[in-house]
Amino acid sequence: MTTHSRQVRDFPFETPARLSMEPLFATLRRTEPLSRVRLPYGGEAWLVTRYEDIRTVLGDPRFGRAATLHDAAPRIQPDPAGEGVLMSLDPPDHTRLRKTVAGVFTKRRVEELRPATERIAGELLDAMEATGPPADLVTSFALPLSVTVICDLLGVPREDREKLRRWSDALLSTTACTPAEMAASTEALADYFATLARQRRQQPTDDLLGALVARCDSREGQLDEGELVLLTRDLLIAGHETTASQIANCTYLLLQQPHGAVRPDADAGMPMSAVEELLRFIPLGSGSFRARVATEEVELCGRRVRPGETVFAPTVAANWDPEVFHDPGTLDWERSPNPHLAFGHGVHHCLGAQLARMELHVALGALLERLPGLRPAVGEGEIEWKTGMQVRGPRTLPVRW
Amino acid sequence: MTGEPAAARWRLAVDAEQCIGSAACAGACARFRMTDDGRAEPVAEVVDAEEAVRDAAECCPVEAITVTDADTGAPVAP
Repeated sequence: MTTHSRQVRDFPFETPARLSMEPLFATLRRTEPLSRVRLPYGGEAWLVTRYEDIRTVLGDPRFGRAATLHDAAPRIQPDPAGEGVLMSLDPPDHTRLRKTVAGVFTKRRVEELRPATERIAGELLDAMEATGPPADLVTSFALPLSVTVICDLLGVPREDREKLRRWSDALLSTTACTPAEMAASTEALADYFATLARQRRQQPTDDLLGALVARCDSREGQLDEGELVLLTRDLLIAGHETTASQIANCTYLLLQQPHGAVRPDADAGMPMSAVEELLRFIPLGSGSFRARVATEEVELCGRRVRPGETVFAPTVAANWDPEVFHDPGTLDWERSPNPHLAFGHGVHHCLGAQLARMELHVALGALLERLPGLRPAVGEGEIEWKTGMQVRGPRTLPVRW
Repeated sequence: MTGEPAAARWRLAVDAEQCIGSAACAGACARFRMTDDGRAEPVAEVVDAEEAVRDAAECCPVEAITVTDADTGAPVAP
């Protein structure tokens, strides 16, 4: 290896304004598809930027996540275990834990939640119309919709949403919070879910938390108390911040398009191909910067990656590879096929992918149908964007209709 | 429901229409692999019973995998 002669770049790369893609991904894809990067914690690692290589790293069992859980691991967050309990396991432990909740998030089960989601979206739009324009789309629609859906699914009381959101935000921080603040929020969330689990033992419920408590206490013992608490915490965080940010991001992009560019069908609502294209196009960030470690020697881009070496395989870079997606920087509402990796690939493929798809479909369809005159209420430069977080999105999105 | 009898054989099937190519199965269990067009398929139609096969089927996000007892046809997963 002649790594000494290579340029080592700081990673993650500087985030461009709004939802623009990091331009270095395209450059590296052409000139240096396997490159060296330096992380904020843990030193250097490899970075791949081509679709095929990214899919290999995420899908090949010779790359694992469990080996990233030590203090010297190259990573973007201070806490090596800060990326979630499922994300910290490899098969077969991962599969054992994931299957305890996977059944709730299948396409079929998620479709059962569609009518309730449509009702929630409708009520939020009623409230917006009653108050009248302008409104902040993030706080009056995107956030309450996704938080209500995941809270109802888990069985978390709606009145606790505000404090849960504060803790959850801290856990998704990269530089926005101090390590101490993140640790305090981690503990607060664990305590909160441990208390809810105790309540379920005294008073069983038919929500997801109740079902997990019952499974935890059953003879099969596929789930222990500590895992239950971590798992429910992760579902809450993953379930609301990412989806809420995506609803806002998609709306932001739709409002930039020529009027009527995406027209909801009277029967089918928002075209699903348009939802998929938005998922491909938007560099959300989430999950994109979670490394894998080679557990044995693997050839990647014609080079040998040795056991123990860390590789970053950002899905946002895969989704803009022109070898797979013609004219990737242009939104094509009918793109087909669209094998984007917005939800990842392999064993850690987003557990909530089908739920997120359904929520986006309902949310965007309802917005376009109920508020056809929807438009930004402020100039482009006045929209404030989140910084120092794993997930990109507008902090507020003022709209009129 | 752990510890199938050693002699149990399971039949695997992947519904290509339903499969979204997540690779959740292939990453978790060597009895599944991804085709060139990005869909999952069983490596062999009938395999010895093993927990990893059942777990992979139960982790499929679109319930595209069915596992049945090769002798009796009884459903094993999901």
